[in-house]
Amino acid sequence: MHAEEKFTPQTWPESPEKATLEGKNKFLGFWLFLGGETALFASLFATYLALKNKVPATGDHALSTEIFSIPLAFVATMLLLTSSLTSVYAMYHMKNYSFQKMQAWLLVTVLLGLAFLILEIYEFYHYVHEFGHTFTSSAFGSAFYTLVGTHGAHVAFGLCWITALMIRNAKRGLNLYNAPKFYVASLYWHFIDVVWVFIFTVVYLMGMVG
Amino acid sequence: MEQQMNSGNPRVDIKYRKRKNAEEMRYQVISFALMIFLTVIAFVAVGYDGFSSWFVVPFILLLAVIQVIFQLYYFMHMSHKGHELIAVFMFSGVVVAFVTVLAFLTIIWW
Amino acid sequence: MSTYAKKKGFGATIWDYLTTVDHKKIAILYLIAGGLFFILGGIEAMLIRIQLMEPNSDFLSAGLYNEILTMHGTTMIFLAAMPLLFAFMNAVVPLQIGARDVAFPFVNALGFWMFFFGGVFLNLSWFLGGAPDAGWTSYASLSLASPTHGIDFYTLGLQISGFGTLMGGINFLVTIINMRAPGMTFMRMPLFTWTTFVASTLILFAFPPLTVGIFFLMFDRLFGANFFDVTMGGNTIIWEHLFWIFGHPEVYILVLPAFGIFSEIFAVFSRKRLFGYSSMVFATVLIGFLGFMVWAHHMFTTGMGPVANAIFAVATMAIAVPTGIKIFNWLFTMWGGSIKVTTPMLWAIAFIPSFVMGGVTGVMQAAAPLDYQLHDSYFIVAHFHYVIVGGVVFALFAGAHYYWPKMFGTMLNETLGKITFVLFFIGFHLTFFIQHFLGLLGMPRRVFTYLPNQGWDTQNFISSIGAFLMAAGVIILLINVIITSVKNEKVGNDPWGDGRTLEWSIPSPPPFYNFKQTPLVRGLDPYWIEKMEGKKEMTPAEPLGDIHMPNPSILPFIISMGLFIAAFGAMYNPLNQIGDAKPWAVPVLIIGLAITFGAMLVRSLKDDHGFHIHKEDLIDDENKGVKA
Repeated sequence: MHAEEKFTPQTWPESPEKATLEGKNKFLGFWLFLGGETALFASLFATYLALKNKVPATGDHALSTEIFSIPLAFVATMLLLTSSLTSVYAMYHMKNYSFQKMQAWLLVTVLLGLAFLILEIYEFYHYVHEFGHTFTSSAFGSAFYTLVGTHGAHVAFGLCWITALMIRNAKRGLNLYNAPKFYVASLYWHFIDVVWVFIFTVVYLMGMVG
Repeated sequence: MEQQMNSGNPRVDIKYRKRKNAEEMRYQVISFALMIFLTVIAFVAVGYDGFSSWFVVPFILLLAVIQVIFQLYYFMHMSHKGHELIAVFMFSGVVVAFVTVLAFLTIIWW
Repeated sequence: MSTYAKKKGFGATIWDYLTTVDHKKIAILYLIAGGLFFILGGIEAMLIRIQLMEPNSDFLSAGLYNEILTMHGTTMIFLAAMPLLFAFMNAVVPLQIGARDVAFPFVNALGFWMFFFGGVFLNLSWFLGGAPDAGWTSYASLSLASPTHGIDFYTLGLQISGFGTLMGGINFLVTIINMRAPGMTFMRMPLFTWTTFVASTLILFAFPPLTVGIFFLMFDRLFGANFFDVTMGGNTIIWEHLFWIFGHPEVYILVLPAFGIFSEIFAVFSRKRLFGYSSMVFATVLIGFLGFMVWAHHMFTTGMGPVANAIFAVATMAIAVPTGIKIFNWLFTMWGGSIKVTTPMLWAIAFIPSFVMGGVTGVMQAAAPLDYQLHDSYFIVAHFHYVIVGGVVFALFAGAHYYWPKMFGTMLNETLGKITFVLFFIGFHLTFFIQHFLGLLGMPRRVFTYLPNQGWDTQNFISSIGAFLMAAGVIILLINVIITSVKNEKVGNDPWGDGRTLEWSIPSPPPFYNFKQTPLVRGLDPYWIEKMEGKKEMTPAEPLGDIHMPNPSILPFIISMGLFIAAFGAMYNPLNQIGDAKPWAVPVLIIGLAITFGAMLVRSLKDDHGFHIHKEDLIDDENKGVKA
């Protein structure tokens, strides 16, 4: 099967992302990378749990029960969770060989992700200016910003990745060379949501319980 | 001559595939609704002052685990054929993750 | 495209290697770079032993000694042992499974250049203010206080190298899972492929914790974070946990491929199949799994308490069981076989008692109460050198001889090889056996000198003599390499005569596409099966057709160089705790990252479909070919 072939919805394979050897390799390789990322985020979570609310003995240091708020965490979660669903829609259209619909849903995914990121940047700004809770103010601060910041950096990278794919392939349309690329990007996007589920639970919800 | 690009079965026509994909998409939307529901419950459990933290923390962790299982198995298709070895590796990663988190919660500060 | 390389100019050869994505050439790159770093680490070892030859020696100052011992350990593990093992994994594994390259050739090249630039960056520390001096383990309280940028070279350099290793691990996993020739089920894979597979899984899960730990140390030192700063709420033990959650699997990442090389050698030079194949596979997987459960045995004396200590002690002792299974299987492989004592076989036979000695002292140390006495003494140094040198380094020497013809088409001289063996083997035991007693007599490690008349003087002297013998052995090996390269006598596809696995069924070195036709695998030791039926070649699994190969690219080099440049910017940024901020630091950081991400973008924007070798060219080569 040549990667540059032209297809119709009838001839387009059922699993286009795995129809070539290169696609199969990318598919497996990326899942394995996600396994490694699981170990990476586990280390960050473990450190956060160990350093949660660990602040210097002197001075004014806000604790988790004071800084986190339910509305903010809830809105952020809804944005990211919905963006995960919209990326599933994009893959659905990819399977049906509907390129333009796939692009449209990917755009929605990017916009939702961007909204999440903007909200998070505002959130960090708020913590820094309202509470003096910064990366350097305490061990708790370092651990918080590293964990949530690494996740945010992953979101930012994912947005650039999906956008680049959309632009790059705008004229090319769907083929067996770029189908695995879209699929792998969407797997990444789901994984980011998986990590966020644990972040909102462990950092925000558990933080508010105290 | 139409090449057999997909399952190899010439009787699998486009209408059947489209219906199968649509059905799968329905499962995805149901999963999404369940995930929203689990999220809302978790937030309510924390927001409502009546519950003790000894209950709330394990509860919301359990909800998180359930939601992640939905993400992995439905959104990320880990329930489909061809994902067996992937499931083995992800499970191994989860074991390493669990041991790490357990260690940090115990033998660091005690 | 012909299989015979046209006579290339020097510049063209350099460009070829800078842009190659061919696993065989990348293997040679790893071999050369790893070999050079091995020499560097060896010189650092010599300096340590010269300093310790006499009490109260002032050959090296205390500070310089600390830098040298840190660099010796860091270089040997990260820049010598791992890359040399990667060299053999790259050279051999695709051939053993009947594949034409690894799953991600571009990423393979990227992994090499990341390792290379990381290693160069780390060693630039010698010229830029001082090398890291807190040991290869760089424990947080000491390393946070280190007054020069040495530790920053450590964190930044290892971070870059580490990305490369992770890429290599994922690459081998996907290659082995997806690209095996028809008929090669998992349980028909050669042991070296199996150990590569398990070691790559360990890399996948062990390197991320190291990445996180190094980021924390880097953030604390260069950006004002407080992970390990107790006054700000931090905890230094977090570093130790993260480091050893990586560090313990790391030693299995080193030793499992070494075991794999020995499994191949024992079978071939006993002219007998490996005994207990299934149990060898099982033992390998079990060692890999248990390797993640024992890390805190490096931390018995940190105050975790008796319950934690007991759990980790028992888990540590358990690893001896699958390892013992492997030792017995190798012995049973030899028993009743027709032994050919070649240089690789000499190393393999010597490995058995040497590694076992290291293993049993490991079980001794697993008993936490005894470890309280032995921790940070020369007993520990003796233990790990016995397992790492007796296990990994012996395997590297054995593999170098064994796989040299497959990589270069020539054979290293057997007489010189045996001389190297004798010198190195005697020197190794002389140096490290004595250190067990020095440890039991209380000599601490990582201390630049010692007072006379404590009963340590003669033993230290003898230990240092051993180091000179090892150096002599390595020099003879270098001479061997030079003579072999100059004589350039080509050999055929199966120069050892008794090859059992697929790599020996194709020319030495193989054509760049490895297999003209993917072979059909009919069982374990597939080439041996064909040989026993009187065939000279493998039965093909597909008709002769066009072969699809990947394009070379300079981008891996550029991507890695970008991170190298960015590292300088990070080191001298305005927030760094040494306080020597440079005005160019932030721009350099941004430019370096822009180069890296820009090159990644360039890679993504182009379609790269590789190129095809046409059937007609393959048939032409057939007629001009040299019969094995």
